[in-house]
Amino acid sequence: MIALLTRDLKLAMRAGGGFGLGLAFFLIVVTLVPFGVGPQSDLLSKIAPGILWLGALLACLLSLDRVFALDWEDGSLDLLATSPLPMEGIVTIKALAHWLTTGLPLVLAAPLFGLLLSLPTPGYAPLVLSLLLGTPALSVIGTFGAALTVGLKRGGLLLSLLVLPLYVPTLIFGAEMARRGVEGLDTTTPLLMLAGITCGTIALLPFASAAVLKVNLR
Amino acid sequence: MGLNVSNLTIARGGIKVLEGLNLSLEAGQALVLRGPNGVGKTTLLRTIAGLQPPIEGTIKADPETMVYAGHADGLKPTLTVEENLTFWASVFATSDIDAAIDAFHLDALRTRPAGALSAGQKRRLGLARLLVTGRPIWILDEPTVSLDVDAVRMFADTVRHHLGQGGSALIATHIDLGLPDAGILDVGPYRARAMNPDDFDEAFL
Amino acid sequence: MNLNALWQYANPKKFIQTTEKVLPLFSVLAVVCLVVGLIWGFFFTPEDYRQGSTVKIIYLHVPAALMAINVWLMMLVTSLIWIVRRHHVSALAARAAAPIGAVMTVIALATGAIWGQPMWGTWWAWDPRLTSFLILFLFYLGYIALWEAIENDDTAADLTSILCLVGSVFALLSRYAVNFWNQGLHQGASLSLDKEENVADVFWYPLLVCIAGFVLFFIALVLLRTRTEIRARRMRALLARERMG
Repeated sequence: MIALLTRDLKLAMRAGGGFGLGLAFFLIVVTLVPFGVGPQSDLLSKIAPGILWLGALLACLLSLDRVFALDWEDGSLDLLATSPLPMEGIVTIKALAHWLTTGLPLVLAAPLFGLLLSLPTPGYAPLVLSLLLGTPALSVIGTFGAALTVGLKRGGLLLSLLVLPLYVPTLIFGAEMARRGVEGLDTTTPLLMLAGITCGTIALLPFASAAVLKVNLR
Repeated sequence: MGLNVSNLTIARGGIKVLEGLNLSLEAGQALVLRGPNGVGKTTLLRTIAGLQPPIEGTIKADPETMVYAGHADGLKPTLTVEENLTFWASVFATSDIDAAIDAFHLDALRTRPAGALSAGQKRRLGLARLLVTGRPIWILDEPTVSLDVDAVRMFADTVRHHLGQGGSALIATHIDLGLPDAGILDVGPYRARAMNPDDFDEAFL
Repeated sequence: MNLNALWQYANPKKFIQTTEKVLPLFSVLAVVCLVVGLIWGFFFTPEDYRQGSTVKIIYLHVPAALMAINVWLMMLVTSLIWIVRRHHVSALAARAAAPIGAVMTVIALATGAIWGQPMWGTWWAWDPRLTSFLILFLFYLGYIALWEAIENDDTAADLTSILCLVGSVFALLSRYAVNFWNQGLHQGASLSLDKEENVADVFWYPLLVCIAGFVLFFIALVLLRTRTEIRARRMRALLARERMG
């Protein structure tokens, strides 16, 4: 399992763009928003938590179709399925690798991008914390979507259609927590809900992903 | 330890392709599957390897004793030959890759990225993976595709050595591997018969 | 009653034979209920003292909204039956129901918008109920798209039923999340056990007839569409067999 994780990370580093691409996309979204809504910093600081959350969510989505696609094409997935690793373990590792290459860089870069959108000072800690808690759920849910669409030739668009509705609760609680942080309100409730959703998805969804992947390998 | 398949019915895309198939494989034996293209050899091997469920019949074998090699080699182009093998070795909880490297003469290519290998070299690397898994029952689907004559001999030697050590192999291939003791099973006669079109039930056919 | 006897209808042949007989019955009943309920509701009920004649849209809005949710529940049940017992008809019924559910959701949203304009002065508001329905519609779309995208029928049935299970959990989560996110304008449900508090009898009876009409209409449509799916499935199977010789 650790071998699979290190292999995936190594591949992401060598193939180029594994770490950088999602981050670059995030930066572009953050850059484009002021062009769309205007440069007034009071408006920007008001919408900053929402924009940062949406940007992170879309950046996550962007790299999802590669979670299984390459392993599917070169036959590694067949071989992994017949290896001693349990399928649930494989999908969990895949989600973890996706989070490490996409989610974690986004979390680390978020304060910097918050600066660009003139995020008010009290908002930084809740924003980073909400992303830290929420992005693992995005990766796990996204891995489920990727497992659903792995065999399909034009799965990319379908993947977004399937995954985005599943992202709704995470987005609501995550963005709500970041927003309350900016306004200096109590963030306990959304924090607990967000953590609950993330824990729940990590605990349960790999079973669904594994079942779906097994069906797709038939 | 062995493989025992009895009264197996398998389907591809929801349609039965082979039915009533029996085969058995003991330690030290090799069995070569023959049959025209599209008859269901690949489906049969994938079913035995546990990638898809059979429609009927039983497959008696410990899944932990089998290793499957299909048309694709499962190699990562950006990893070197050595890294590819080491990865599979650690997935299968073994550590020795030198025997596999020697058997397929990959020593000179050790540090070359798999993406820079020729088709035949990739295939050799894919087959070398079988050795690092340390599993006794090999399930091979057209293993000699894109191998030259020397490499085929290399492969046949490896299989013979594997059988000598008490392993076994189930191979779908069209060429003569030069394994004199290997049994041959023609799957053609097990082709599924079409059912009466008026008599449809759960399976719609 | 012996419950096991029920499973015989899961056989496609038996299903086709049985529905042949009951389909006309359901169709006629549905038309009668809808015609009676809608005419009664539209022309023979008094106007609400606050809402005027706009209130009469409830005869479309409420049944459609009810169906939008219940169709998803029916799909959840049939998906579970497919996963547990692997009856093909069950999976095909879920497939047949999805577009109907999606249309019901659209009807509920559209009639809601038409009603909301004079009542709240806006076509759309990000009210929890409205938002939940929009999200439900997205779930329907994803489910239908997944069915359409996969060629192998059994694979599609497996994947969509798991999606339906997972989707149900997330739809429920979204419902609570949306409630938390924004308190709304929408009145409480028109239907509940203490219905007298919400709707007067004069509106209540025609509404019941309309709901019965929508349910019967849905049953007739699902039976019809499932028959079509079974035949299409059988046709594909025959064609595939022909190709294989």
